[in-house]
Amino acid sequence: MNAALGTAFGAVGLLALAGSLLVGAPYAQLRGEGAPAGLRPYTAEAARGREAYMALGCIYCHSQQPRDPRQAPDAERGWGRPSVPADYAYDHPHLLGTMRTGPDLFNIGARQPSRDWHLLHLYDPRAVVPGSIMPAHRFLFDVGGAAGPEDVVVNLPGGGTAVARPEALDLVAYLLSLDHTYPVAPAEGSVP
Amino acid sequence: MNDTLARLLALCFLVAVVGLLGLVWAVSRRQFTHLAAGARVIFGPGEEGRAEDPVAPSPALLQRSLGVPPPAASPPADVADRTRADRSSRGPVLWFVVSAVVWLLLGSLLGVLASVKMHWPEVLDASVYTTFGRVRPLHLNIIAYGWLSMAGVGVALWLLPRLLRTPLRGGRWAVAGALVWNVGMVLGVAALLTGHTEGVEWLEFPWQIDLFFVVGGALAGVPLLLTLQHRRVEHLYVSTWYIIAALVWFPILFVVANVPGVHFGVEHALVNWWFAHNVLGLWFTPMSLAAAYYLIPKIVGRPIHSYQLSLLAFWALALFYSQVGVHHLIGGPVPTWVVTLSIVTSVAMCVPVLATAVNLHFTAFDRLAALRHSPTLRFVVLGAMMYTVASVQGSLHALRSLNTLTHFTHYTVAHAHLGAYGFNTFVFFGAVYFLMPRITGAEWPWPRLVSAHFALVVAGFAVYVVFLSIGGLLQGAAMLDASRPFMESVEVTLPYLLARSVGGTLMTLGHVVFAAHVGGILWAASRRRAAAATSMAPAAQEVLS
Ligand code: HEC
Ligand code: HEM
Repeated sequence: MNAALGTAFGAVGLLALAGSLLVGAPYAQLRGEGAPAGLRPYTAEAARGREAYMALGCIYCHSQQPRDPRQAPDAERGWGRPSVPADYAYDHPHLLGTMRTGPDLFNIGARQPSRDWHLLHLYDPRAVVPGSIMPAHRFLFDVGGAAGPEDVVVNLPGGGTAVARPEALDLVAYLLSLDHTYPVAPAEGSVP
Repeated sequence: MNDTLARLLALCFLVAVVGLLGLVWAVSRRQFTHLAAGARVIFGPGEEGRAEDPVAPSPALLQRSLGVPPPAASPPADVADRTRADRSSRGPVLWFVVSAVVWLLLGSLLGVLASVKMHWPEVLDASVYTTFGRVRPLHLNIIAYGWLSMAGVGVALWLLPRLLRTPLRGGRWAVAGALVWNVGMVLGVAALLTGHTEGVEWLEFPWQIDLFFVVGGALAGVPLLLTLQHRRVEHLYVSTWYIIAALVWFPILFVVANVPGVHFGVEHALVNWWFAHNVLGLWFTPMSLAAAYYLIPKIVGRPIHSYQLSLLAFWALALFYSQVGVHHLIGGPVPTWVVTLSIVTSVAMCVPVLATAVNLHFTAFDRLAALRHSPTLRFVVLGAMMYTVASVQGSLHALRSLNTLTHFTHYTVAHAHLGAYGFNTFVFFGAVYFLMPRITGAEWPWPRLVSAHFALVVAGFAVYVVFLSIGGLLQGAAMLDASRPFMESVEVTLPYLLARSVGGTLMTLGHVVFAAHVGGILWAASRRRAAAATSMAPAAQEVLS
């Protein structure tokens, strides 16, 4: 059994080393990090919207982590200053994302503060941005029925209206809450 | 951070690197020559020089292509040994491999759907169940946990009794494991379809469902322990090291990354990508290497080129691969030193990769004529080549300068397929072709389909990777130029995304051919068993049961 045990122990040992370096040490380093003064916790509505963002898989096309201007022109595109760990203090789970099939959304609430824009864009992205390959999310709206007085109505470009379902409103509330334009101290050693 | 802790860890890392350098030195000074005998444990006495591929259309031509005189017939004891080994693993291997093939089909179809949606977003966009954000994680999870994981375990269960020269013990535990794992898969698919996701890439299945994978995986691991205890070999062959390591690595990773309520904010992103890359590096890759280290020598009838080198490659992989994950977050809001560490280890991955490349390729190098006559070898050698390519590419684009261009683009997706498809999947295809006739006692019914499968997946895969890589680079260049509107980075990729759909469709057609053929051999095997049962000849039953 010796050789087999040796292999197993060696394998576990090296994995433990890697785990403590890549996960354990940053865990200790980042745990004490408080939220910046300018960052507010999610409202109940935005938190529900965040769940919708996960359930609809927006993360597979959108990142939430602007890079340093010395590395890439993310700020010039209006995506915001480089993010720091404290910006994510309320984020469980993290939604950093690794694809930019669509733009970074970390500051979409500041860049595009109009609820109506977002609703129409979700209903039919190509009505707002010709050539967009973002999926339409018409299933978040009711079309054709009469709108009640409380309902949020989207006026469609071709005429007609759609009523935003609660999930759509939550999702937009989340998008509008993505505003990290408050100042922070630059991250430790943040050389790109 | 706690400074003492940091110093301690840095020290550990240094010690490990020094240990590795010591190993390099020892290997270069030929300190391990006694080990070389270990390379021969997969051959019976006098078996070297014999080509073996149950799929070869003409075994005689394959044998001749090696250019060495064939040895006398294998000693009957060795043949009987292997027959017994294969028979003992039959049930569990069939469960895992056949399930894997079913998941492969489903996963590929969803891959094509996800791909098509990227250039024709109107396709099936009316329902939430078929929106891109649902289809895409379904594709990945079905492929990763249904196809690659189950195929890997199936191949490992088949290899173990051959490597340890003793029948598989506790196969029933593994059958139970396959059932539980499949239940987990079905529940997981249902959860993702209905939007119940953890929201973290590669870890989407809700943690309650993860328990099925923990239990199923543990059950599948039982035969490893039992069979190891009964082993009848002096030396553990290199494939066995990889199997042992993979079977201890994956459960640890899976539990650490999935445990609910512990991870937070940016730290969660670190765990996420540490896990995601290790699924590839410490789970699929060791299983595929175990298969390649067995199949290539077996098919060309010659021990691995340098056994000492494989020792070095194994430990270097264990040290470096486990630390590369954070290269997925270069430029992200994570502590710089962690990123730097991952970049350094990513580049250091060249050591095990090149060592493995030298080893596997030199074993087959002057017997490449065998490629013409051995379909299995074609799959496995091509897979081994893709391992080299994908890994060197990975080391390169972990460098900050290149990563700035490729990060966040389709180039990364092309790279992922180069690894998970070009390497892991190709090797598993080869292994399945080799093992199915051995465990079922039947022949592949339509040998031409093997060539059709090969042609389809190679052509499709080439289109996929070449075009998507180019598209990704153009996308990255467009995005880095702030004077070009963002939409240009979308428009520039469209023809390449279309090409990816074409390539993916060819691959999927290849998978349909493959699955049909697997169905065919199962049918042939059941007919043989039925015939043997009705003829009531005890001798025949003994042979075929
Ligand atoms: C298939 C990839 C894809 C998916 C999935 C996706 N998007 Fe998009 N998204 C895009 C693309 C491409 C653009 C840029 C064109 C446009 O504005 O429509 C975009 C743009 C956006 C914008 C405007 C950004 C800006 O800077 O103007 C927002 C907001 C947005 N998406 C939100 C979402 C949300 C919320 C989801 C999930 C419900 C989502 N997206 C899912 C691809 C995607
Ligand atoms: C066994 C075969 C396959 C394997 C092992 C595999 C593996 C993977 C992996 C690992 C990813 C994640 C990539 C990342 O996160 O960077 C992925 C994504 C993807 N795969 Fe596959 N895949 C396979 C077959 C296919 C096929 C046949 C298609 C059809 C075109 C396909 C299309 C896609 C698409 C569209 C994505 C999503 C990319 C994105 O989000 O931008 N895959 N696959």
